[in-house]
Amino acid sequence: MSEHKVNEVLDTEPTHHSEHIVGPKVYGVIFGALLFFTGLTVAASYVEMYVFNAVVALAIACIKAVLVILFFMHVKYSSRLTKLTVAAGFFTFIVLITMSMTDYISRAWGLW
Amino acid sequence: MDSQAIATQPTPGHEEHQAHPPHLRHHFATVEQQRETASFGMWLFLLTEIMFFGGLFTAYLIYRNWYYPAFVAGSHQLSIFLGTLNTAVLICSSFTMAMGVHAAELRKRKELVGWLLATIFLGCVFLGIKADEYHEKWEKHHVPGLNFSVQDFTHPSVKYKEEPPLPLDMAEKTQVYFSLYFAMTGMHALHMIIGVSILLILVVRAWAGAYTTGHMTTIENFGLYWHFVDIVWIFLFPLLYLISRHQ
Repeated sequence: MSEHKVNEVLDTEPTHHSEHIVGPKVYGVIFGALLFFTGLTVAASYVEMYVFNAVVALAIACIKAVLVILFFMHVKYSSRLTKLTVAAGFFTFIVLITMSMTDYISRAWGLW
Repeated sequence: MDSQAIATQPTPGHEEHQAHPPHLRHHFATVEQQRETASFGMWLFLLTEIMFFGGLFTAYLIYRNWYYPAFVAGSHQLSIFLGTLNTAVLICSSFTMAMGVHAAELRKRKELVGWLLATIFLGCVFLGIKADEYHEKWEKHHVPGLNFSVQDFTHPSVKYKEEPPLPLDMAEKTQVYFSLYFAMTGMHALHMIIGVSILLILVVRAWAGAYTTGHMTTIENFGLYWHFVDIVWIFLFPLLYLISRHQ
């Protein structure tokens, strides 16, 4: 089969290979999980946990974000290039935030 | 030969192989390769967006530590009910968008148009609720720079009587909270408005069959954008509405 014939076959197929198509069932489960975690984070905000209120809220937000990225944004089913791009981006972002915060909390170290 | 001439001349490459379908650019071997390239570019754009919103989040975290009582008092002025409702609406819109991408993958034109319309509708509901919240802020004089009064914070009303009144200098700092509130939710809302505008164009083109006969990379990449905007809200909601409920 010559190369253009291969291309033609690919073009009449759905853009993804069938094993990459994420079904409505997966979307439905993720949708339900996201709504559940939204309810959970609201409920948790009414419980007195002192500094842990913020920690719990951010942890739940991170779980929700990971679910959206992996399933709604198809990263779980994407190529290694895409996975690496996303991971590198978030890693850089976390480095930037951590460095800023480290600088901020250590400026007046021992002076309080 | 100038560049225009190059573009209009039939290139030698075309004579060697059969014409490719209009949705597959000449320089890509397969639709799959073209899709992968576009997806990579879209993710790079989204990473710049993460850095952009990340700056706002960092500012929020630092100022929240700095003027903690003002941020607590400010966040108590937001409605948890409306915030939760809007979160649910946005998650629903992400679900409809994901189903839209799925419909495009299966090349089902009417389903795709339906899911896109549902996404537009939910996006507009979100913006409507947000506008109602902004309007309430205006009426309560909580818009820094335009219409602001420290009255609610130095002399809390009966409705917030469990709230300790803030000293005047700290009460003034609630403006920092509301500035960041408007900057972050406003920038998020702007992304929503841009998203809904693009969706309107996509619906028209989808109705004409643009994404169910050719390739659906445009739909897929728009889906990435829409889900990204959803993720920003997933972090805005707890940070602005929830985490100070107890202090």
